Amino acid sequence: MSTSGEWPLWEVFVRSRRGLSHTHAGSIHAADATMALRNARDVYTRRGEGSSIWVVPASAITASSPDEKDPFFDPAADKVYRHPTFYDIPDEVRNL
Amino acid sequence: MDPTEALEEHFRRTVEGEQRIEPRDWMPDAYRATLVRQIAQHAHSEIIGMQPEGNWITRAPSLRRKAILMAKVQDEAGHGLYLYAAAETLGTSRDQLLDLLHRGRQKYSSIFNYPTLTWADVGAIGWLVDGAAITNQIPLCRCSYGPYARAMTRICKEESFHQRQGFELLHTLSHGTAAQRAMAQDAVNRWWWPSLMMFGPPDAESAHGARSAAWRIKRHSNDELRQRFVDMTVPQSEVLGVSLPDPELRWNAERGHYDFGALDWEEFRAVVRGDGPCNRQRLAHRVAAHEEGAWVREAALAYAEKRRREPAA
Repeated sequence: MSTSGEWPLWEVFVRSRRGLSHTHAGSIHAADATMALRNARDVYTRRGEGSSIWVVPASAITASSPDEKDPFFDPAADKVYRHPTFYDIPDEVRNL
Repeated sequence: MDPTEALEEHFRRTVEGEQRIEPRDWMPDAYRATLVRQIAQHAHSEIIGMQPEGNWITRAPSLRRKAILMAKVQDEAGHGLYLYAAAETLGTSRDQLLDLLHRGRQKYSSIFNYPTLTWADVGAIGWLVDGAAITNQIPLCRCSYGPYARAMTRICKEESFHQRQGFELLHTLSHGTAAQRAMAQDAVNRWWWPSLMMFGPPDAESAHGARSAAWRIKRHSNDELRQRFVDMTVPQSEVLGVSLPDPELRWNAERGHYDFGALDWEEFRAVVRGDGPCNRQRLAHRVAAHEEGAWVREAALAYAEKRRREPAA
């Protein structure tokens, strides 16, 4: 069978229980979205690991480079004043 | 420093700093090729591994055992899929990998070329084969390649049930009738040595050991893992009440390990070469399943295409 006949790739996100976000679990192949959901259920939640599943065509995802040296993330690197520990507060101050 | 050297240096520092390499990171070609080969072989082993045990599903002695065995064989399929997905993140396609398997260009673990002659073999596979696999796989949860490490973490969690059900099955037989006890012992006798061979050739002959260690793909040598497995398994065999077919097996207080006899590497090489008891049967079955399923894959694609063109009214 040629690669052109391969079922498309889908990325699978599983919410393990209410109150938590969906987390990437892995990927599967399926001909369409309905089948992708069923395959994802069978592959990634055989032991009750999920209460909700998202499937997304892998081709629909745009990703940044994961390399932390990437200048993409530089703007956040020098803004320590975004963290509460940056500020000097007198010791006697409470509840701040 | 030229750009490639800088990339190599960054890769090396990431790996040595125990950070994970992710799919879109730069990596040396040989690292990528090694991972594709190893993950593919691992994935192929999972799906070929469905056959020896699948052989006994219709003849399981009780509904409980049948349900357990079906769940286990389904897990093997799932493990194969986790691993194929991990291999695909390295830029290879599922069809390519299956094609290489079907043409005998990529291997699967030789252990699955041995036949399952009795019901006790299902127990021996769970206890010994899955036990050896777990020993091999636990260090892979810390492999430097993120998607492989994550797949292995999931697999290791699930394998624990595989080994325990096998032990329980053998324990039931080895505390049963004389015929059941003999069947359990016979299965252990046949699976013990092939299980030790699952760790691969001795360190001195291991082709890619040192490089894989430097890349943090492999964390322990074949011989280290084999020894670890023997040390864990011998006390378990005593609880089971079965003997292990090795007259040289004894505790060595000085080393703090069990000594064991020499493995028959000639047999190992023959099975890897394709001359094991079931090599042809296993591959032929896999190819037939793939070819006979082609119309299902095509029909599903055609149906999806039709639905895209004519949205439901």
